[in-house]
Amino acid sequence: MIEHDVVIVGAGLAGMRCALEVCKELDVGVLTKVYPSRSHSGAAQGGIAASLGNSEPDSWEEHMYDTVKGGDFLNDQDAVEEYVKAAPRVIYELEHMGCVFSRTPEGKIAQRAFGGHSKPRACFSADRTGHAILHALHEQLMKNSKSVKIYNEWYMHSLVIDGDRCNGVVVSNIQTGEVEVIRAKAVVFATGGYGRVFKITSNAFAGTADGVMAAFEVGIPIEDPEFVQFHPSGLYRQGILFSEAARGEGGYLLNGKGERFMEAYAPSRMELAPRDIVARAEQSEMDAGRGVNGEDCIHLDLRHLGEARIMERLPQIRQLGIDFIGVDCITDPLPIQPTAHYSMGGIPVDKGCHVQLDSEGTRMNGFFAAGECACVSVHGGNRLGTNSLLDAVVFGERAGKSVLEYARGKDFGNVNEGQEKARVLKKFEDIFQRDGSESYNDIRNEMKEVMMTKCGVFRDEERLKACIETLKDLKVRFQKGKVTDKGKLFNTEIYEIIELGNMLGMASLIATAALRRQESRGGHFRTDFPKRDDDKFLHHSMVYGTPDGLEIKTKPVVITKYQPEERKY
Amino acid sequence: MATFRIKRFNPEKQPEPYFEEFQLDIPHGATLLDCMNEIKWKLDGSLSYRMSCRSAICGSCAVKANGHALLACQRQGEHLLQDDDTITLEPLGNMKPVKDLVVDFTPFWDKVNKIKPYLEPKEEPPEKERQQSPEQFRLIDDSSTCIMCGACYSDCNTLEVDDNFLGPAALAKAQRFVSDSRDSKTMQRVQDLSEPGGIWDCTHCAECVERCPKPARPFDRIKEIMTVALEKGVHNNNGARHALSFTNSVKRSGLLNENRIAPESVGIFNIPGLLGLIPIGLRMLLKGKIPPIFHKSIEEVDDVKRIFKELNQ
Repeated sequence: MIEHDVVIVGAGLAGMRCALEVCKELDVGVLTKVYPSRSHSGAAQGGIAASLGNSEPDSWEEHMYDTVKGGDFLNDQDAVEEYVKAAPRVIYELEHMGCVFSRTPEGKIAQRAFGGHSKPRACFSADRTGHAILHALHEQLMKNSKSVKIYNEWYMHSLVIDGDRCNGVVVSNIQTGEVEVIRAKAVVFATGGYGRVFKITSNAFAGTADGVMAAFEVGIPIEDPEFVQFHPSGLYRQGILFSEAARGEGGYLLNGKGERFMEAYAPSRMELAPRDIVARAEQSEMDAGRGVNGEDCIHLDLRHLGEARIMERLPQIRQLGIDFIGVDCITDPLPIQPTAHYSMGGIPVDKGCHVQLDSEGTRMNGFFAAGECACVSVHGGNRLGTNSLLDAVVFGERAGKSVLEYARGKDFGNVNEGQEKARVLKKFEDIFQRDGSESYNDIRNEMKEVMMTKCGVFRDEERLKACIETLKDLKVRFQKGKVTDKGKLFNTEIYEIIELGNMLGMASLIATAALRRQESRGGHFRTDFPKRDDDKFLHHSMVYGTPDGLEIKTKPVVITKYQPEERKY
Repeated sequence: MATFRIKRFNPEKQPEPYFEEFQLDIPHGATLLDCMNEIKWKLDGSLSYRMSCRSAICGSCAVKANGHALLACQRQGEHLLQDDDTITLEPLGNMKPVKDLVVDFTPFWDKVNKIKPYLEPKEEPPEKERQQSPEQFRLIDDSSTCIMCGACYSDCNTLEVDDNFLGPAALAKAQRFVSDSRDSKTMQRVQDLSEPGGIWDCTHCAECVERCPKPARPFDRIKEIMTVALEKGVHNNNGARHALSFTNSVKRSGLLNENRIAPESVGIFNIPGLLGLIPIGLRMLLKGKIPPIFHKSIEEVDDVKRIFKELNQ
C-alpha cells in the first residue's frame, strides 16, 4: 500500500496550487491520468480575472457585482466576496513564481476586456494564459520535487471511506495496469469538469466526470449539475475553443446575413455580454435559419482588428483557424458555434473547500475539492470568462490551507487494502466478461448526441424526459459493450470504457436536475419556462443518489451585498 | 480509401514491433487524431496512443507520421496522404516504445529537470508584480509557448547518437529562464548549459525548428543562449572556442581557416587536447585532405570586415 500524508487527484491549476501549499509541511502525492503539463487548465486562453486596475481603475466590489450578475444571482455571495478579494494577491504570487504575463508599456501585468466584466480585468499571457500559469505551477512542483511525488498516468477509481471519514483512494497505473491503494490522511479532488458528455465541446478527452462521480458514489450529493456553460465560440463541428479574448479585443459576431445580431439581444454589451446570453443568441439565429449558409454556424469576424493586433494578442487563435479549418482570420471570418465548455456545478464544498454531505454543511472529513469539479458556488448559474482560472488558483490554495489544518498531526485511518483492491479488480473483470453485443463507440456517440440536442443550450420538459429515457437505455446497453483489449499494458480502451460509465451517470444527473428546475437562469434555459423564477427556484439543486433513483433537494443561496434584480445587458 | 500503416508493439504478446494496415475513408476536415480515433473506436480498440486536448496545447498526441514527428490533432488527415494513399504512423523517436504509439517520456522529463526549470529571482518579491517591459516579455514569449510534446526530442539528430545531450525541449526551456529579466542566475545557467551535453553539442541541423508545432523553435532558443554565454565571457569550453575561432577567422580573412579551428577549439594551451588531434591530423595527411598551410584571404575581405563593423563585432 502506498502512503502519503495527502493525496491530490488532478494536476491542473487547482491541484498543483494545492500541492504547493501542502508540501510546505506535509508529504504529498499528486495523481494525474495525463501529465501535469497536459492538464486541461492549459487550454484556457483569454485570461485570469483580478481587479488590479492596471489599465483602468477597478475594485473588488465591481468584480463581485459583475460575477454575481453574470451568475444570475445564484452565486453564494459570501464566497464570491472572499474570492474576488483574494484575486490580486494570487495573481501577484503567480507572477512572483515566474509566470509569464503580457505587459503594459510601464511593465505592469496587462489587462483586457472580457464578457460580463465591466472593467478590463483579464490578466493575460497573449492568448495562452492557462498554459502560462499551468507551466509556472509545474515549474514550482519540479522545484519542490523532494516533497511532492507526481504519479503521471495513474487513474483514480474510487474513494476509500470509513463512516464519515475519507482515508485514501483506489488507483491504477495506466502504464502497467497495476491496481493500488493510496492511504492518505486527506484526499483532495481537483479533477476538472465533464464537458465530454456533450457532442460539441471544447473539453479535452480527459474531462469525463471521474472525480464528481467517484464522490457521488460514496454518497456525496452533486450541486447544480444542470448549470453547464456553452461557450459562444467553439470551432464549427470540432468544438475546440476560440477564446473570448477574440471578442475582448473587438471581434464581431455576424449571422448569415452579415448582421451584428447581438444588437438585438444585448445592445449595451454587444459581443461582450456574458457567455450564456451570447451562446443563446447564436443558437436562436441558427434555429431561425440565419446561420451562415443556413448551417449551424455563425461568423466570428476579426478582420477589422488588423494583422498586427491579431499577431500580437491572438496568435494562437489564428494558428488554430489555419490548422484546423484552413481559415486565416486576418483575411476571413471564422465559422463558430456554441460548445459545451464549463461545469458550474459539481461536488459541494464550503469556502474552505471541505466537501459537504448535505445542505446543512455536514462534512465528509478528510475530503476536499477545488476547481471545476467543485461547486462553492462562486459562479452561480453562469461563470464569467477568466473567472475559472481564478477559481482554480484561489480555491486550490484554500484547499491546501484547509488540508494542512486538518491533516497536521493526524493519524492515518483504517484501510482494508485487500477489499478495496478487490472492488476495482472486479470492475475490470466485469468489463472483460461482458457479452460484447454492443459498441461502446455507438453508446458514447448517442449519449453525446442526445445531451446536445435535448439537454443543450435550449431545453424543455418533453426533450428532457426523452433525454432521460435514452440515457436509461444507454446504461443498459453499456453493460453489454464489446471490449477488444484485455491486456494490462497501457490499455487505453479500458479507461475509456470506465470514463464512459462515469459520463453516463453524470449525464443523468444533469438532465434530471434540468428537468426539475422549471425556470431559466444563467446557463440553464427552459423554453417552456423562459423567465427566471426567484420565488420558486432561487436555490441550489442538490442531487442525491438513493436506492430508488435520483432525489433532488435544495440548498439556500447565500445573498449578502447584492439583491437579485433583472439581468439586462 | 486511405491505408494507415501503423507500427504496433505490445511486449505482452510479442517482443518485436510490426506494421499493421487499416483502411479508412478520411472524412473531410478530419484531423489525423480524428482518423486514429476512428480506427481505435471502429476497427481495433487495442490500438494505444496518447491524446487529450484536441487543440494543440496539451502536447499529448505527438507521433511520427510519414517519418516525422508532429501533433496528430494539429494536422488534417488528407494533407498527410502520400502519393500511394498511405499514411505511416510510428511512435516518437529517441524514446523507448511502451505500447504501439506510446513511448516512455522519463528521460525527456529528467532532462527538463536538469536545467533547473524554475525562476530563481533576484530578490524578495515586491508587494505587487515585478516590472517587466513588453520588450523583456518578448524575449521569453516564444520559448514559453513550448508544450513539451517531445516532437523536437523525437527527431533530434544529436540525440540519436548522444543520449547525454539535453535535447531541444529542455534547452528551449532553459532559454526561458536565461533571458528572463526577473531571473538572477543567468551566469550560473549559461555556465551549466555550456557543459558537455549542453548548447554546444547541438549540431545546428535545425530539425527541431521544422518539427516544433508551436513558435518555441528550440534551435533559435539555443542560439540565443549561445549568444548570452559568449557575451558573458563563458568561453572556457570547446563549443565557445570553436564559435569564436570560426568568427575570428571569417572576420580576418572572409574564409574559415581550417588549420586553426581544431587547435583553437580544444584550446591552444591544452597540451593533452592538442596531442589528441595528432592521429586525426595524420589520417587527413595520408588521405591528402590537409588544407593549404598558408591561409589566404578572399579578395573582398574588406566587404566582410565592413559587415562585421556594421554589426558592431
